[in-house]
Amino acid sequence: MTQCLERARQEEGFRIGHSMPPLSVEQRITAIYRDEASRVLATLMRLFQGNFDLAEDAMQEAFIAALAQWQRDGIPDNPRAWLVSTGRFKAIDRLRKNTRLDNNLAAIADSLETQEQTLPLEDESTLEDDRLRLIFTCCHPSLSIEARVALTLREVCGLTTEAIAAAFLVPVPTLAQRIVRTKNKIRAAGIPYAVPEPHALPARLDAVLSTIYLVFNEGYSASSGCSVTQQDLSAEAIRLNRLLQSLLPHAEITGLLALMLLHDARRGGRTNADGDLIPLEEQNRSHWNRAQISEGCDLVVQALQAGPPGIYTLQAAIAAVHAEAPSAEETDWAEITGLYELLSQLSPSPIVELNRAVAVAMRDGPAAGLREMDKLKDHKALQRYHLLHAARADLFRRLGQSPQAISCYQQALEVVQQEPERRFLQQRLARLQKHS
Amino acid sequence: MKYLCLVYYDEKNMQKMSQQEWDSLNQECIECVAGLTQGGHFLDGAPLLSTDTATTLRVRDNKPLITDGPFAETKEQLAGFYMLEARDMNEAIRLAEKIPPARYGCVEIRPVRELMEQNNTR
Repeated sequence: MTQCLERARQEEGFRIGHSMPPLSVEQRITAIYRDEASRVLATLMRLFQGNFDLAEDAMQEAFIAALAQWQRDGIPDNPRAWLVSTGRFKAIDRLRKNTRLDNNLAAIADSLETQEQTLPLEDESTLEDDRLRLIFTCCHPSLSIEARVALTLREVCGLTTEAIAAAFLVPVPTLAQRIVRTKNKIRAAGIPYAVPEPHALPARLDAVLSTIYLVFNEGYSASSGCSVTQQDLSAEAIRLNRLLQSLLPHAEITGLLALMLLHDARRGGRTNADGDLIPLEEQNRSHWNRAQISEGCDLVVQALQAGPPGIYTLQAAIAAVHAEAPSAEETDWAEITGLYELLSQLSPSPIVELNRAVAVAMRDGPAAGLREMDKLKDHKALQRYHLLHAARADLFRRLGQSPQAISCYQQALEVVQQEPERRFLQQRLARLQKHS
Repeated sequence: MKYLCLVYYDEKNMQKMSQQEWDSLNQECIECVAGLTQGGHFLDGAPLLSTDTATTLRVRDNKPLITDGPFAETKEQLAGFYMLEARDMNEAIRLAEKIPPARYGCVEIRPVRELMEQNNTR
């Protein structure tokens, strides 16, 4: 037994690179806060009928009380139950002292008073449902995607308002106000603190997954290395998706996790030391994270076996084909073309069509790709999409038609928005102009 | 809670329907109301005549200003309303999914507020 403990301690020390001194109570409370805060909040939210402000205040007060009492008396066996129970009493106290309760708070006060004095020992599944309730409430489709993102990062992931504002490059007061408005809408519109009924699940899950994916992409597209906080968003999205997967088995949840892991695995090869973008075909594939690719590919298989693939699973399958190929030339472009065709049937969009055309170009040659892209040229949504012009430019370049390629690069530069992508296009253009 | 479900669609598309198609859609609406009433959810509701029949009134400086037509030219027009009693937004959404014109246009679901002597919600 002692040997086991010793080994565990050594491994723990090894993991963080030095031997570990025993943790102080304060450090352990900090760790409990990190692991348990969103669980405690999720359960308090249920006890307080979905009232965010009351639940947040109660949770904070419970942790403050823990800091004082646990340092004196030691950490209880079940810290989470202690925190929930303390938070509940703190809220009852607060409501009793408040003489001017609105109807809403009065109803919560009544129900808390009539609840049993000691909380029944709730089973694990009720508590896990609380976490699902919190996720589905924060990601309710009645809320705008910006609102969902802000509230989810705040309440489910436990990020501070300041951190979220920094990651999304918006002023702190703007983000704080967005969160307040979102909570107000949840209360006023009667958005319940509940896991959706089975018939509503597909639509509701879409809203959750699109929220997670937006968080991921916000972190992923900001890959220039100038902002650490933005990269953290990708990790946060993956963590959130893992949590969701552990709570609710569903093929598309697995598919989205696979998709994010596979994209994230290529992060190390996407940019050079100057932060410039490297196109997929020129990336050094030994810089890709193989362990993560292997996990992603396994998850794709799992998701595909679970039933007809959804949009995230199909995109993950495409990413898996890229990730497993030793080089761009040796990629199974026929497979990728076929997957884009399926994706296009399921969720038709000009951007999916463009990607399919790129795959066709790789499979059948640049001329065939250009013929496909010509069909998309006049599409309104793609006019201001730099990647259409950049893709056409690249195909003209491969065909040796420099004047057309130069003109397309110039069109792309007129509409491109992100700085690393602009630099990439300018380099390509300059190289062509020098040779022609 | 009370929710007002405002039904919108493109009137032009309804005009294109044959009389039989239009009647059958209205028949569906009658059944929808019967179902909602039976479940204790239907408080009130009515379909509206087309926006051709609308008049818009504004009062400025105590004087009425009257114009023809709806207050805004939009792609979809207000076509009717359902006042529903629902436990929460999720139930309101579930009930509103059954409103037949939702298949053609859209249904805006709005919680109703109470008029009070003071401290009115904004």
